[in-house]
Amino acid sequence: MSTFWSLWVAILSISCLVLVFGILYWNMQNYTGVEEGKSMGHEFDGIEELNNPLPAWWTKMFWATAVWAVYYLIAYPGLGNYAGILDWTSSNQGLKSVAESKAATQAGIDNGLHVQYDQEVVKANEKFGPIFEKFAKQDIVALAKNEDALEIGQRLFLQNCSQCHGSDARGGEGFPNLTDNDWLYGGSPEKIKESLLIGRKAAMPGWEATLGEDGVKQVTAYVISLSGREVDSALAAAGEAKYGMCAACHGADGKGSLAHNLPFGAPDLTDNIWLYGGSERAITETIKHGRNGVMPAWKEILGEDKVHIISAYVYSLSNK
Amino acid sequence: MANKHEIVEKNIGWLAILSIIAISFGTLVEITPLMFMKDTTEPVDGLKPYTALEMEGRDVYIKEGCVGCHSQMIRPFRSETERYGHYSVAGESVWEHPFLWGSKRTGPDLARVGGRYSDDWHRVHLIDPRAVVPESIMPAYPWLEENVLDGKLTEKKIRVFKEQFGVPYTDEDVATASASVKGKTEMDALIAYLQTLGTAFK
Repeated sequence: MSTFWSLWVAILSISCLVLVFGILYWNMQNYTGVEEGKSMGHEFDGIEELNNPLPAWWTKMFWATAVWAVYYLIAYPGLGNYAGILDWTSSNQGLKSVAESKAATQAGIDNGLHVQYDQEVVKANEKFGPIFEKFAKQDIVALAKNEDALEIGQRLFLQNCSQCHGSDARGGEGFPNLTDNDWLYGGSPEKIKESLLIGRKAAMPGWEATLGEDGVKQVTAYVISLSGREVDSALAAAGEAKYGMCAACHGADGKGSLAHNLPFGAPDLTDNIWLYGGSERAITETIKHGRNGVMPAWKEILGEDKVHIISAYVYSLSNK
Repeated sequence: MANKHEIVEKNIGWLAILSIIAISFGTLVEITPLMFMKDTTEPVDGLKPYTALEMEGRDVYIKEGCVGCHSQMIRPFRSETERYGHYSVAGESVWEHPFLWGSKRTGPDLARVGGRYSDDWHRVHLIDPRAVVPESIMPAYPWLEENVLDGKLTEKKIRVFKEQFGVPYTDEDVATASASVKGKTEMDALIAYLQTLGTAFK
């Protein structure tokens, strides 16, 4: 705050306080010329106004708040740039980036910690830090057997992941089921953690323009046949002939990119597990318009330690 | 006159004037300086003006009354920053007219919702919140998908932000504003807006 505004705030605040004291003092005098408790000399419908003093409880409360205000302005930052003798503030001010925020917090810790928010964070880190640190050192497979870690992991999952994957982690249309050991990007501890840390972006293009109405029908029939369902065999055969462009991601055998160690996240088409529904209509829709599932990246939001524990929780769901 | 109080008590004009003086102290001390302080007038490093589509999305947010249940103000309490991310800072809101901080926290705070969910999730969730979060009490907004923007006022909106509020839009931003939103749905606009929230502070 510039000196001008600092003075502005200080002078106005103090004069307001002086004014309050003045008015209070003034109103406690009997300047009416009428003895206390006697009539002021007028009445309406038989109701007389008496010259009574201000109620004592009210006056004392007013004094108390005014005195508190003086203490407050001395102890806390209220008068412009004056920081107050307690040097207290609720949070760091004037931040322009996360880096500045971190630097300000560190500076606060070095200077004896007068920022309330930083105090809270440091206190919590002292309490929870060692727990997270202990878990961060263990590998995910071991952690997935640790009841305490799983409890924390479930809490974090419910708070951050359940909105898409469901509170039972069974997913929904367009959001993968995490309990069935069927994976798009890999179910190893490392791959799960990677999915959480950096996120995933699936990109299945729409084929309506390339295949045309009939082509979509044929490929749909072939895709349905891959999971062992009965279809019009002539239609499926025609679809198989056009399946070549799908094979690039889903594999010639339709077993998906993971089976071929490719990183596209293209689902296995033969296992009868359908992310966007396995009905003819749903599959037609998928082939026509494509699908672009996105898993957000959590590294910046949650930090690696928490991601580690959530990974263990997710891993435990299909590795009991 | 023995009782000087009577001047104030019996003259409604004086009563009003003196009341205004009395209550204006708070405004003068707590609000006026904020309009001139660097802390509250300079943007954070990563702040970008809303694109035309995001600006329309913001107006959908206002129109549908989202602010009635969702705040956009993460307070510096650990309980909030653990859930939502870094507390909100003044420099994030310098180009907000009006700001949408809100104070009714029925649903989660949205100040940093950008990037937390996929566009597809938002689409499903706005059409029917119960489809993805069975416990949700949020109303459904299926019409967002049907209402198509005509972009008639978009150019004017961007111009007002540029000329009246000093948001650094280029002349090109103003000129292309209407064309860039035409044909998009309110759903597209709202999702674009939601995905930017809180992403400037990094």
